[in-house]
Amino acid sequence: MGAGHAHKLYRHGHSPVHALPAHCKIAAVFGFVLIVVSTPREAVWAFGLYALLIAAAAVAARVPAGFLLTRLLIEVPFVAFAVLMPFVAEGPRLHALGMSLSESGLWGAWNVLAKGTLGVAASVLLAATTELRELLLGLQRLRMPPLLVQIASFMIRYGDVITDEMRRMRIARLSRGFEARGVRHWGVLAKSAGALFIRSYERGERVHLAMVSRGYTGTMPVIDATTATRTQWTRAAALPLAALAVCLLGWTL
Amino acid sequence: MHVPDGFINAPVSAAAGAVAAVAVAVSLRGARRELAGAGQGVGAGAERTAPLAGLVAAFIFAVQMLNFPVAAGTSGHLLGGALAAILVGPYTGVLCVSVVLLMQGVLFADGGLTALGVNISDMAIVTTVVAYVVFRLLVKVLPRRRSSVTVASFVGALVSVPAAAVAFTAIYALGGTADVPIGKVFAAMVGVHVLIGIGEAVITALTVGAVIAVRPDLVYGARGLAKPLELRTSPLAPEGTAGPAPAPAAPALATPRRSARRVWLAGVAAALVCAGGLSYYASASPDGLEKVAHDQGIDAKAKDHATKDSPLADYSVKDITDPRLAGGLAGVIGVGATLAVGTGVFVAVRRRRATAPAAEGTGNA
Repeated sequence: MGAGHAHKLYRHGHSPVHALPAHCKIAAVFGFVLIVVSTPREAVWAFGLYALLIAAAAVAARVPAGFLLTRLLIEVPFVAFAVLMPFVAEGPRLHALGMSLSESGLWGAWNVLAKGTLGVAASVLLAATTELRELLLGLQRLRMPPLLVQIASFMIRYGDVITDEMRRMRIARLSRGFEARGVRHWGVLAKSAGALFIRSYERGERVHLAMVSRGYTGTMPVIDATTATRTQWTRAAALPLAALAVCLLGWTL
Repeated sequence: MHVPDGFINAPVSAAAGAVAAVAVAVSLRGARRELAGAGQGVGAGAERTAPLAGLVAAFIFAVQMLNFPVAAGTSGHLLGGALAAILVGPYTGVLCVSVVLLMQGVLFADGGLTALGVNISDMAIVTTVVAYVVFRLLVKVLPRRRSSVTVASFVGALVSVPAAAVAFTAIYALGGTADVPIGKVFAAMVGVHVLIGIGEAVITALTVGAVIAVRPDLVYGARGLAKPLELRTSPLAPEGTAGPAPAPAAPALATPRRSARRVWLAGVAAALVCAGGLSYYASASPDGLEKVAHDQGIDAKAKDHATKDSPLADYSVKDITDPRLAGGLAGVIGVGATLAVGTGVFVAVRRRRATAPAAEGTGNA
């Protein structure tokens, strides 16, 4: 809480992408990812075009390339899995660089890497250009149940508080000379996790009572009922429509 | 492990998304009941759900960042499905883990957007439901003590993680885009996740134990374990003031239940021992009918069973080369599945029986 109410994932800006309503952007990103996933993996050039589309969107949103690339690192664990795939898959084998690689395994690895990376890049762009609160309201406007949106917004709102609580406990452990080195120290860490649960749950009860005393009845009032105009929808649809054209080309060629 | 976009094909992803949506909708209803609180009416549930479930989701999100060092610089972290199910109940558990996964997918790009349904079905639904079912069964079987809650949560978490791996393998078998044979995926996933499951089980049991020591009333899985308030009169008190003593009635009620539980426990243990250990020594020759059919040549047209390619075909787990281990594992899984189905039928029958006399009673009156 405090200090600007902006999450570190979000990059403040005034680009045309920032200005679009959240629900248009969510729908556009979801459509884009869906189209990417259903593209045949043999159409290698299509994925290059998708990457160009994402890059164009990033330029329009004035998100620097370095930011986008560092956020792509979240994918690394799966890259390791993809690298293993040519070695364990079956089918006709190729010999390159003194290794025996499965042809279908190579295709599979390429498939996961290309589609996964494009998906991550699209969601990173979405999170970088949309504020958290707007993202949740956008989901609500896309007919996600209001209760689920409320739960998610409570989680986001108190996520930092709970993480800070955990950090304070860690500092308390450190300052008492505790250092977790192996399995034998799990008991202490688990007690911290238990204490964290009790504190979180009790905080939830206090938050609930505080809200009830201010007139909360289970629904949140919608203060800012923004609706998207036709032009905004058209702008947001530019990305998935261009991707759709590429996808259709990929299927026919 | 979060599944990225493109790993599971579009139709199966969409189907998993539908399953996840239905499960989350059901959990939203169930969570209201679970979070309504003991002393309050049904109506209080709706407004308590959002803050409490939100904070529990934040807790799961935070506790997944708590690193547990294993050895030599490696460390693991909690997945949290089993812990959530035991601490706040299965519906709230599914709901909170799903919200965590949704936020991780949308905000941190951890797990693909189209794979959201796969991730939720696998990591939120399967883990939580399996952990809770196993936990509930064990709590029923074991003696009514706090330590048995810890033991039950250990086993629940231990089973839940490989169960998620099995579920992932099933989804992969339906719609995997890579050309890796199912047997290898199954062996690798289950092998790795058995190890992860052990860590998860230890941490979950320790954490549940820590919570139960301080606030037993908060642990959903331990509700109903609290002993009823017992009034004792002091032996020094004069004769006349001693009230009616209800104490002897309680053990008399408890004894038959305890003995039934003991029988149940012995049965489960015996079945597991037979299936896991003794099945290896069982005769490998076909059973009577099969042998007769073979001798008479009437099985010439018999087809192989439709599930002969299933991971458990011929009562051994595929791709595990040690026959003893393979047969034993298949046996244990089989007993588990049979037990689950059997208990389900039994519970359904008993419920019907319990309602039937009640209906008769009202009819006569």
